[in-house]
Amino acid sequence: MAPETPPGRNESSPDPPPPPLPPRRKPSEGSLQVAFTKPIPTTAVSSVDIATLSFPDGTRGTFPTNTMRVVSSPIPGPSGHASPNRGSEDGLTDSMSVMSFAPTMRPPGDLASLVGGELNKKSRAWNMLRSQSATVPPFESVEEYGASDDLAGFEHEFDDIPDLTTEGVTDDQRLALWKSKMKHYMILSSAGKPIYSRHGDLSLVNSYMGIVQTIISFYEGASNPLLGFTAGNARFVIAIEGPLYFVAISRLGESDAQLRAQLDALYMQILSTLTLPTLKNIFVHRPSSDLRKPLEGTESLLSSLADSFSKGSPSALLGALECLRLRKSQRATITNAFLKVRSEKLLYGLIVAGGKLVSVIRPRKHSLHPSDLQLIFNMLFESGNVQAGGGESWIPLCLPAFNNRGYLYMYVSFFDPPSNTTTAEPAPSDPPTNPEEQIAIILISPDKESFYDLQEMRNKVADKLLANGGLALVAAALAASPDRSGRPALAAVAPGSPLSHFLYKSRANVQFCMPSLAPFLEHHAAAAAAPVVRRRLLSLYHRLHASMHAKHAHLRVLHSVGDGAASLAWITPVFELYCVAGPNVSRAAMTQGANKVVQWAKREEERLFIIGGGVF
Amino acid sequence: MADSAGAPRPSSSVKLVLLGEAAVGKSSLVLRFVNNDFQENKEPTIGAAFLTQKCNLPERTIKFEIWDTAGQERFASLAPMYYRNAQAALVVYDLTKPTSLIKAKHWVAELQRQATPGIVIALVGNKLDLTNDSAGSSGEGEGGGDDANDARKVPTEEAQTYAEQEDLLFFETSAKTGYNVTEVFTAIANAIPETSLKTARGPSGASGVNRSEEQRVNLNGPRDPNAKEGCAC
Repeated sequence: MAPETPPGRNESSPDPPPPPLPPRRKPSEGSLQVAFTKPIPTTAVSSVDIATLSFPDGTRGTFPTNTMRVVSSPIPGPSGHASPNRGSEDGLTDSMSVMSFAPTMRPPGDLASLVGGELNKKSRAWNMLRSQSATVPPFESVEEYGASDDLAGFEHEFDDIPDLTTEGVTDDQRLALWKSKMKHYMILSSAGKPIYSRHGDLSLVNSYMGIVQTIISFYEGASNPLLGFTAGNARFVIAIEGPLYFVAISRLGESDAQLRAQLDALYMQILSTLTLPTLKNIFVHRPSSDLRKPLEGTESLLSSLADSFSKGSPSALLGALECLRLRKSQRATITNAFLKVRSEKLLYGLIVAGGKLVSVIRPRKHSLHPSDLQLIFNMLFESGNVQAGGGESWIPLCLPAFNNRGYLYMYVSFFDPPSNTTTAEPAPSDPPTNPEEQIAIILISPDKESFYDLQEMRNKVADKLLANGGLALVAAALAASPDRSGRPALAAVAPGSPLSHFLYKSRANVQFCMPSLAPFLEHHAAAAAAPVVRRRLLSLYHRLHASMHAKHAHLRVLHSVGDGAASLAWITPVFELYCVAGPNVSRAAMTQGANKVVQWAKREEERLFIIGGGVF
Repeated sequence: MADSAGAPRPSSSVKLVLLGEAAVGKSSLVLRFVNNDFQENKEPTIGAAFLTQKCNLPERTIKFEIWDTAGQERFASLAPMYYRNAQAALVVYDLTKPTSLIKAKHWVAELQRQATPGIVIALVGNKLDLTNDSAGSSGEGEGGGDDANDARKVPTEEAQTYAEQEDLLFFETSAKTGYNVTEVFTAIANAIPETSLKTARGPSGASGVNRSEEQRVNLNGPRDPNAKEGCAC
């Protein structure tokens, strides 16, 4: 994968321009410029070899002159017309010839050039223009001008639809509200009995469930199952799991594979409640059974799961877990304390802070599956079922990826803030209201009688972590970040880079990390708009992810520029990186930022990720 | 009510289990008793929650170890785990929902059949705030109002008669207003026979290290026949 060692040299200027791309080895190797037809008409996509990005900082190569390049205009208007270069500060004399015909070679607006940003930079006027335009944060244009905003009304997405008893609301109004939702999830039995719908009560959705059942079973009958279809701007995706039909209806632009993964998570939630044999039994005896009764009380779990998908969950998108960033030695301190007091009855032990793993202990032959942890985290941190009660919880649940045939028993307790000096007693005080700051200990056992054993273990862990300061370390790690989420600030990860946000997934560890969202969201005026901006960002990540993971795509790097933002995706066998920056940030600047992130992640790998965990 | 201020009162643990149909307000009663708090539209409990709260009587301190169980049918098979070795049980129904009283009677029967002999059982009709006699009108004995906008569906007399037949403590409560909630727990504390109390730990007692053993204490002490009159505070 090494590039053909382009003649690089060290750049000593105080403002080193980002490294350009080296020549490609073979014309066959990803040298095509692929224009994707994407929802955003101005999106342009370039596919390049990954080796082209592996430059260390400050080292630059020269442009190839044998390859024909086209110059694109990152923003419409005069910007694409590069004026003759006088500076020649880069010593790229050969590029003059390329530039001189750039205006006449102006491509159709949706083709990006691999060198466009660099060439345009030569002009002093362009430099000045660019230095201002590059500071435009992502999505600002979309917010300000509001034209063709596909997320209009998203802030009301999670509002309840008034039920029949509400006075002054007609059926038509209720229906209009229901139809205005951008995302629907429905679960029904193959006999057409409704089981769950995210929005609307039974009276509202019953007839739609009937229609869905008719359509699905029509194709089932022809043994040619229906997988999905599009109606207007809504995508319908159908998943059939034994006697259950799952339907996702989305106007948020996810791919079929992404929606299918979401439906699968809902199915896992049902299995987690019932186990597979129980579910089968219910329908073997009576195919027309009403599953709502056995699932009673878990609607809120399904809804919080569904809502986390609609809000956009990096964890669900990447199928990976997030860990709390801690020094290796600090994490080892916690894990060792945890291991030392392990109960014989224990299968898995977890310490989790605000949905981020702090420490895991597990048997050598069993690892924890991210989809199982997703269910647990959803139950503890997203839905109010467990936290609200206070105290300790003892919860039977099935972890379908571990074993979908039986129950495990989960002990949950939330730690008091470490300032509190209560040691032995798990005091039933109010947990911190912000779920991002709560520290929970989760102990899982196959033995349903082991509550008191695990409670004893919890007390010992609490004592040890108070004694060795482990709990304080966790609280400090949370508090250190701008939004108390424990996530680093972007400026600390890649100082001076124009990136606004990124997701970095370590493929080997099935874990991901990202910088704090707070600065990103604060860019955008009103706090009320934060969920919308967040969704916009996550939608962009979803599109990037879908393009990278499209069947037969084999993309390794993808740079795309849209109205609202520029983005870069980069996949190697080791990691997946998705970055977002303002719409006018050049590809080269993004590349440099991406390199910084990758170097940071490599340097901090043992802090960012739990590698192996505590094994017994 | 949770202070024990160094007083050398003997302290003892009482294992108490809450049973009853889903959504009758078991967790809300506990939340009111433990944190003096109330949450509208509380999410259903999953599995069971374990909480502790002290109750100070003139002679001693009772430390309740409360098992707040989930009411859904699918958790019913786990109930024996929680009421085994329990010295007290709170069987809760929703006095605006007659079927919940039927379910409560099933739980009482199961407890009398399977639980520790001598277990103190309190029958509690919750959601008194939804009825007309909610405003603290000395609740217990007063008859149910029969106004049109009264959501009460279970007359006080019906439940009380049943409670007397089965020798249960009986209360009507509102977790929302807090009416009668502490009284229920105090009455239970008073009704626990002295002989079945193991005065193991001091007020600041050791953590649950020996708890698994304490839980296995077998309680065969005789029931105090006057137990249900015992509300002292």
